[in-house]
Amino acid sequence: MTDEARRGDLVQIHVVVLRPEERTANIPDCTKAVPYEAWVKGFLLDESARIGDPVRIKTFAGRELRGDLAAVNPAYDHSFGKPPVELIRASLEGRDRLGGAA
Amino acid sequence: MTRDTSYAAVLARKNEILKTSVGLDYARFERSPIRFDYEGLLSAPGYSLAEVQRIQAETGVGRTPLVELRNVTDLVRSVSKAGKGARIFLKDERSNPSGSFKDRRASVSVYHAAKLGYRGVVCASSGNYAAAVASQAAKRNLRAIIMQEVFDSRKVGQPEILEKTRTCEAYGAEVWQLTVGPELFYVMLRVVEETGYFSASLYIPTGVLGVETLGYEVATEVKAHEGRFPDAVVVTTAGGGNVSGTARGLAKAGSGATEVIGASVDLRGLHMASDLDFNRKSFTTGHSGFSVPFMTVPDRTDVPRNAARQLRYLDRAVFVTQGEVFYATDLLAKLEGLDRGPAGNTSLAAALAIAKEMDRDEILVVQETEYTGAGKLPSSQLTFARENGIEVRRGDPRENVPGKVIVIPEGPEQIRVEDLDLTKIRRSYVEKAVGAAAGYRPTEEDVRFLAEDSKSTVEFVRSALPH
Repeated sequence: MTDEARRGDLVQIHVVVLRPEERTANIPDCTKAVPYEAWVKGFLLDESARIGDPVRIKTFAGRELRGDLAAVNPAYDHSFGKPPVELIRASLEGRDRLGGAA
Repeated sequence: MTRDTSYAAVLARKNEILKTSVGLDYARFERSPIRFDYEGLLSAPGYSLAEVQRIQAETGVGRTPLVELRNVTDLVRSVSKAGKGARIFLKDERSNPSGSFKDRRASVSVYHAAKLGYRGVVCASSGNYAAAVASQAAKRNLRAIIMQEVFDSRKVGQPEILEKTRTCEAYGAEVWQLTVGPELFYVMLRVVEETGYFSASLYIPTGVLGVETLGYEVATEVKAHEGRFPDAVVVTTAGGGNVSGTARGLAKAGSGATEVIGASVDLRGLHMASDLDFNRKSFTTGHSGFSVPFMTVPDRTDVPRNAARQLRYLDRAVFVTQGEVFYATDLLAKLEGLDRGPAGNTSLAAALAIAKEMDRDEILVVQETEYTGAGKLPSSQLTFARENGIEVRRGDPRENVPGKVIVIPEGPEQIRVEDLDLTKIRRSYVEKAVGAAAGYRPTEEDVRFLAEDSKSTVEFVRSALPH
């Protein structure tokens, strides 16, 4: 992954929305101990920037937002995962109960 | 003048911000510290069922196929007593534009926003509703901004929600991917205030009116095919909009006697706002951490009064386990050729158990499916569960432990539902409603409202009132 972006690149910014001490009271301790953070994608408005630099972006809704450069065109990397063997066996056994070809 | 955007300052302006952003003054409907005019609130936007049908037809929403699950029914009958095993039908809501019944909710809200002259819509949802709002906004040429709870503090994302980010961005929305916490509401309020956009909350009247067509279609289509109304409809439930709209639609079609059963996934013990628990859930739909609190305190929403009031409409409410939902999902694919996402399969898992109790000539409808794919399939979610230390194995679903063990059933005979004690929930609802109006003595009209709002009786409410 490149760590440098130029004007017009699709990038992701990071914003600390609330520091731990600014968070709401009625949440578990593990949540209160960490900052409330956000990531938003958009097109870089600055001439160039490196990861961590404060930047401005234009979002898909056309708004200008500010934050620290977190990534340059990050991938959608959620996947299909591995076939779940126990589950496949269970449902094929269910299918076999209905008969059909052996 | 620059407004103070601190957490406390924005929350203090909440009512003012919401009034502007939903175009509705909720104070108009308040009748006492306990009671409000529910039907008045629902009719405030001014859309009849016929108008909702017309609005939805404009963007290709609704009129989804009703499919009889003959193989699944046969499998259920193979483990049922003689004469038992109801016919199971499925409303294939995947056929909606963004792939779920949530298009019905979003379609009316986004139409309403456009009609009122808003330039864009804001929506706080990590689920299918976000995709539906983004899709409908695209169709109505409005901008969409979506807030999603995606990551824990390690920046590990729920695969199902990462997929929802992808699809919302595909529809051209600005997506805020947030860490765990209820402060999502604060971000939503700030963005609504900055943009002047419409707040497309799940809980505004149009969000419920849009689902009425689903209940209406279920009733009229079953009647047209089978000459009778369905005996029971199982609805995946969390915040209550799916149950409320479906039940209202059934009643509008004349099928008010159909039993309405809410199903959610047993994730008890996993805290909704816990950074550590967040990724110990395998999917995020029909979560017991939403359904039960929303039954007892329906107005715990981002608007002053929740238009989705499931306790008004539920005849029965049940829990199923995650392992049973995965099993139902895979059976639907392998026995019926329908590869679908987890949301409707919560109600399908419940239907597998409930159909066993019903007579063979009875009709049970699962009223929802959703699209599936990367992040949403059992393969993604069970892989993710294992990566987060969850044990996955075959066995008896009774051995399920939320956040620790997912048990895939050995066979359909093991699928069962756990009934929620609705009497206890109704009692708790009355106590909390009265408790929230501290120092106020409920009138006869308040008691009647509480009875209607909890589908109980005046006598029951009186017995539940603090003495």
